[in-house]
Amino acid sequence: MASTRCAACKYLRRRCPSDCIFSLYFPSNNPQRFAYVHKIFGASNVGKMLQDLPVHRRADAADSLYYEAHCRIKDPVYGCVGIINILHQEIHNVQCQIAKIQAEIAFLGTHAQSDQQLQIAPNLDPNFLAEQKGLSNSFDDSSTWFF
Amino acid sequence: MGGGSSPCASCKLLRRRCTKDCVFAPYFPPDDPHKFAIVHKVFGASNISKMLQELPVHKRADAVSSLVYEANSRMRDPVYGCVGAISYLQNQVAQLQMQLAVAQAEIYCIQMQQEPPNLQPQMVEPTDENCLLFASNDLDYNLQQYLSFASSSSSSSVMQDSVKRESLCTVDPSGDQFVPKRSPTYMFGM
Repeated sequence: MASTRCAACKYLRRRCPSDCIFSLYFPSNNPQRFAYVHKIFGASNVGKMLQDLPVHRRADAADSLYYEAHCRIKDPVYGCVGIINILHQEIHNVQCQIAKIQAEIAFLGTHAQSDQQLQIAPNLDPNFLAEQKGLSNSFDDSSTWFF
Repeated sequence: MGGGSSPCASCKLLRRRCTKDCVFAPYFPPDDPHKFAIVHKVFGASNISKMLQELPVHKRADAVSSLVYEANSRMRDPVYGCVGAISYLQNQVAQLQMQLAVAQAEIYCIQMQQEPPNLQPQMVEPTDENCLLFASNDLDYNLQQYLSFASSSSSSSVMQDSVKRESLCTVDPSGDQFVPKRSPTYMFGM
């Protein structure tokens, strides 16, 4: 007769009752799933956690417990918290890039606007133009642009 | 602990003698009993002891901090724990990358419009659509994300609560990412 025990009961070497709390979430074709969860949380803790939840939330809880256990086994020091730190850093980096590009867009917009003003007023006093562009009146080689 | 010192929080909770080489003592002082209580509730004392003993001494403090964080998250959100936070942050990263792609496309269009026409003899009249077509390789990747994100269904909708999430996502333990569920029975692609 083929065994119908769930992965948890197989691992724990016990009979799998018909109302086994683990059977729906730890099927026998994925023994690693229960092994990981048991190693980190312990079978009795997992059983208690699942029993404290309404039935329709237990599948997600089992998934998240497996994910946490998997992360902890891959990274015994930081587990999921390592991933959270990496994501925070990534968010910060992308926000900095966005801010930089938005500043550049604002600058290009301002620069284009001032160029347009110069083009539509070609008869302005050259000294006035120099003040607008931040150049010195002498226009020597050491002049630098400042904005 | 010998010499009249107070036992550590773990030995107090477990009601046992706190030896001088107690693995918990450096990380669970007696003045913070809640810290050990919460990790014991989620992980169990023997599992924590095994985990700490498998780590070099200089890594144990960080390990305890991360275990306390995970245990607190699990107590706050018994369904998703800190995996809920990961899902939320991943969605935030995706949204920001989309914003970045849009900003990069915008600046590329502006730069193209400002270049003198004689330097780009083969360029067509720059429009918003054409600007997207001439994107760089890096921009291509971000734009593809943007375009596919814009046309995709809301399988990875962002939820407003900080930790609690409805089950729109499941986990892919081979990677490090929550992936969207495609059907109520979808679980790790089974």
